[in-house]
Amino acid sequence: MTKRFGSVVALDELDLDVRRGELLAVLGPNGAGKTTAISLLLGLQQPDSGSARLFGQSPNQIAPRRQVGVMMQEAALAPELRVREQIDLVASYYPDPLTPDDALAITGTTPLKKRPYGKLSTGQKRQVQFALAVVGRPKLLFLDEPTVGLDIQSREMVWANLRRLVADGCSIVLTTHYLEEAEALADRVAVLAKGRLIASGTVSEMRALVVRKRITCRTTLASEQVAAWPDVQTVTRDQHGLHITASNTENVVRRLLAADDDLQDLEVQRAGLAEAFTELTQENVK
Amino acid sequence: MNPPVALAENSGWANATAMPLSRVLRAYAVEAKYESLRMLRAPGFAVPFLLLPVALYLLFAVLLFGAQIGKDPKGALYTFMGFSILGVMGPGMFGFGVTVAMEREQGLLKLKRALPMPAAASLVAKMLMSMLFVAIVMATMVAAAPLGHLQLSAGQLLSVSLVNIAGSLPFCALGFFIGSLSSAKAAPAFVNLLYLPMIYLSAILFPLPKSMYWFAAISPAYHLDQLAFASMGVASDGATAIHLLVLAGVTLAFTALALRRMARVS
Repeated sequence: MTKRFGSVVALDELDLDVRRGELLAVLGPNGAGKTTAISLLLGLQQPDSGSARLFGQSPNQIAPRRQVGVMMQEAALAPELRVREQIDLVASYYPDPLTPDDALAITGTTPLKKRPYGKLSTGQKRQVQFALAVVGRPKLLFLDEPTVGLDIQSREMVWANLRRLVADGCSIVLTTHYLEEAEALADRVAVLAKGRLIASGTVSEMRALVVRKRITCRTTLASEQVAAWPDVQTVTRDQHGLHITASNTENVVRRLLAADDDLQDLEVQRAGLAEAFTELTQENVK
Repeated sequence: MNPPVALAENSGWANATAMPLSRVLRAYAVEAKYESLRMLRAPGFAVPFLLLPVALYLLFAVLLFGAQIGKDPKGALYTFMGFSILGVMGPGMFGFGVTVAMEREQGLLKLKRALPMPAAASLVAKMLMSMLFVAIVMATMVAAAPLGHLQLSAGQLLSVSLVNIAGSLPFCALGFFIGSLSSAKAAPAFVNLLYLPMIYLSAILFPLPKSMYWFAAISPAYHLDQLAFASMGVASDGATAIHLLVLAGVTLAFTALALRRMARVS
């Protein structure tokens, strides 16, 4: 799909698919095109070229949308309606929804049910929006930044619900700024930058894209000496010891142990998703 | 504490879920119920549009000019009708004009389009909300009518109420059109720009100078006023068919323009 706004290319030949029972996390810096991609998939905007399909049908039709739940970033619901009423209203759009009370219970919003929506805090509003997204028992769920503004407990609740939904066969497309969220939940990650899909794969595949690993240890060896070894990319030293990044950590660790009998606190870490993400987007956004 | 509820609909991945007609109709009814409830709970909307027509009617027809009106049955009727039509115009024009502009701007309309809300549910709900408000206005007006020396039969009061309730539709369409064009901030001003001249220039409250007759001829308020008179068997200006044609034309034309505008905006 390609989508332009004037001269700005919001999405550049993006090709994205979601499989059954899979959680796809869409990552990317602000303005990468995450929300535009979701809007096209929901039929809120039309692509300039290419097409979006929901269950093989056009998202402009209502039938495929009856299997979809949505949580968007900005949506000011009627402030005068109470929480349970909001849920009852959205449930009425679906063929076989949860009861409003079930939706309240599983999303932890039962204590809010009689409160007018306009009187809720930002985090509470997000919780209610999540309840609205799941009340229709969707097979596919679009969540645009679902946990922004939530406290830790509410975020855990959302995460637990997402895991249960996936276990029940629901597919989820989630955009997020929180890498730990993608790392904790996603089966697959797609990284967008400037409207292009720059990488996609499982969390571990994404990390593997960035082959570097980090070694930390306390040693008497000089930084310059280690830096000269093959496979070593960078060496820095601080109060915690020597930090080495290397493409082949096993060779470097063997050599460290051979060279220094007093080596202490040896640690080897893979690059996290955060490092992978930063590296990928920095390469692509210039 | 996980209740035994299946969170996802697990029966087949690609088969489209059929929605029985009864559930689709129920969705329309639920939408209308909550649209009405929310507007009744919004004091900035409910208080002026439900209470103002009857309050003004009592002020003019009882407190200020009660003595004169008591001796002038025609005057009593015109006063009653004028404030009734005023009450018909408000809920539709402001209810649509301001809320559509707000919902467009604040993303609610977008969310509802992404959700499987039946296509016309929001529009129908707002129309029914406006008609409910007019029904309440007419009930208060009818209750206050004896104080204003009005001599109408129960049948006449019923027919004028029904005509006025249906007569809120052209004003809904005008409001819808403004709401589809205007920002949320500007919408009340734009609605007033049409609402206020229409009150004064449609010959519903004051006799109109000859030079302004052309305005009344294109004003739905004038045509509704005359249609309501005709429905009660009271002498009215113009042909009933013309009144119906203008009212239906305004409703259809402005609804179509607004829908076109909304489709283009999105």
